[in-house]
Amino acid sequence: MSTTNQPEFILTARHLNKTYSQRSGRFGFGHSLIKALDDVTISLRAGSTLAVVGESGSGKSTLARCLLQLQPLDSGEVLFQGRDLAALPASELRAERRHIQMVFQDPFASLNPRMKVGEIVGEGLLIHKLGNAAEQKQKVLQMLKRVGLTEADMQKYPHEFSGGQRQRIGIARALVLEPKVVVCDEPVSALDVSIQAQILLLLKELQQEMHLSYIFISHDLRVVRHIADEVVVMHQGKVVEQGKVDDIYAAPTQQYTRNLLNSIPGRKAMAEATH
Amino acid sequence: MTELLRIEGLSVTPAAAPSLLLVNNVSFVLDSGKTTCIVGESGSGKSLTALSVMGLLSSQLKRLQGKVIFQGQDLATLDNEQMRDIRGKRIGMIFQEPMTSLNPVLTVGYQIGESLTVHLGLKGQALKARIAALLEQVGIPASRANSYPDELSGGQRQRVMIAMSIACEPAMLIADEPTTALDVTVQAQILKLLDELKSRMNMGMLFITHDFGVVADIADNVVVMFRGQIVESGTVADVLNKPQHPYTQALLACVPDAEGKKPLKPIDYSWLDEERAA
Repeated sequence: MSTTNQPEFILTARHLNKTYSQRSGRFGFGHSLIKALDDVTISLRAGSTLAVVGESGSGKSTLARCLLQLQPLDSGEVLFQGRDLAALPASELRAERRHIQMVFQDPFASLNPRMKVGEIVGEGLLIHKLGNAAEQKQKVLQMLKRVGLTEADMQKYPHEFSGGQRQRIGIARALVLEPKVVVCDEPVSALDVSIQAQILLLLKELQQEMHLSYIFISHDLRVVRHIADEVVVMHQGKVVEQGKVDDIYAAPTQQYTRNLLNSIPGRKAMAEATH
Repeated sequence: MTELLRIEGLSVTPAAAPSLLLVNNVSFVLDSGKTTCIVGESGSGKSLTALSVMGLLSSQLKRLQGKVIFQGQDLATLDNEQMRDIRGKRIGMIFQEPMTSLNPVLTVGYQIGESLTVHLGLKGQALKARIAALLEQVGIPASRANSYPDELSGGQRQRVMIAMSIACEPAMLIADEPTTALDVTVQAQILKLLDELKSRMNMGMLFITHDFGVVADIADNVVVMFRGQIVESGTVADVLNKPQHPYTQALLACVPDAEGKKPLKPIDYSWLDEERAA
């Protein structure tokens, strides 16, 4: 998918380590160390989708946050267009963030309830000083229309929307900056299955149109099968297995991956069902 | 096969707005030793149907009409006192969130023992032995009886909930999205456990879920609900392989399959307009 003047990998993370201290024992008087990321290395091919799958506590959400430098790493580097984000000073990191955006799991918690949708989606443009007020408004409107909302929706508040519509707002907020990489942290897990299909298709279309590269964090192996080009399987902070989605689903080499795939509810019956 | 539960023409409305039917004329039958899945999206009325059976509807809701006949007795005619005797003893229930359903300051052994004391009058060594046996039955070491809920994992907590719900060997178990909050490998274990217990104890299981994959694994019969109404019901093989209603077909089509063979299709609601026009 890469063109001649574009490097093959748009984002590469090498040897990431992150340890949390956690209260433990009865009443939390003790504490123990949790290795959330244990020497994690991943590469995102330009224009493709890399899914990170794992169960709770596998470190997949920590990985998402550390890639964006929302949480400091203990060690490791995150190379984006040849620059190590983990080593950038704060001001330069802020400038780079325009190119790496995030879509969050919970469309109810991730939108400011006191801001109008137009303000929420336009805030990034304002912060990064992209265009004048009229141009910004035009961009916000275009983006909202693209994700299936209307001009009138700009004046509404998040609570006036359904879960699926709110996730569309979250996507518009991330994409209005025309980023290169979008980190999606469980973007459809809180949605009904019919809405989930709509949002997945929308993400796929936008990827084509805007040449986006996705890191897609998910616990749902069925969703991953449909959205990903490559898969990273995580367990207890470590990468257990990675490769092309077709290969891993057809012939997983690790026992942990096999267990995960065998646990997909109704795997056989649903593939055979006529619809 | 013996009929365990028969729901006839059940309708539920908000007390303040009796014209809005949240559950609309729902009827189906559950047999002993069988699992019926109610499947639907949010707001379809699947949980309200289950709560109506238990007589646990919130005071803001009211059962407009309908019969809930359990082992030949219409539960709708019973008072609170009589219902309390059935709940937990003859009908067990487990919920989605094992974290919030357990009391954090009591040991799990104590919580499992509560219904044994209340309903069966067990005390002392007999009670202890029964708690230990129940824990073993759901795959938790008996020594865990002295643990507090926060010392257990999500899957173990759901196992404790299951131990509580089957403590009095109920004839029927109602499970409302019991595996939705669990990891996929743990979900597979809990589904297997529930299926084994159902067979061994010849329980009827009413299983609420939004996930057709789970339906395929655990159901004998399926009831598909949409906006308060049953749009289709039948055996699991028929509903999965020969869905008759356009909504069932659409709902099945938008579940991503693990083989990635079928393209994703969002639900097309045009049939609804056609139905309204007709």
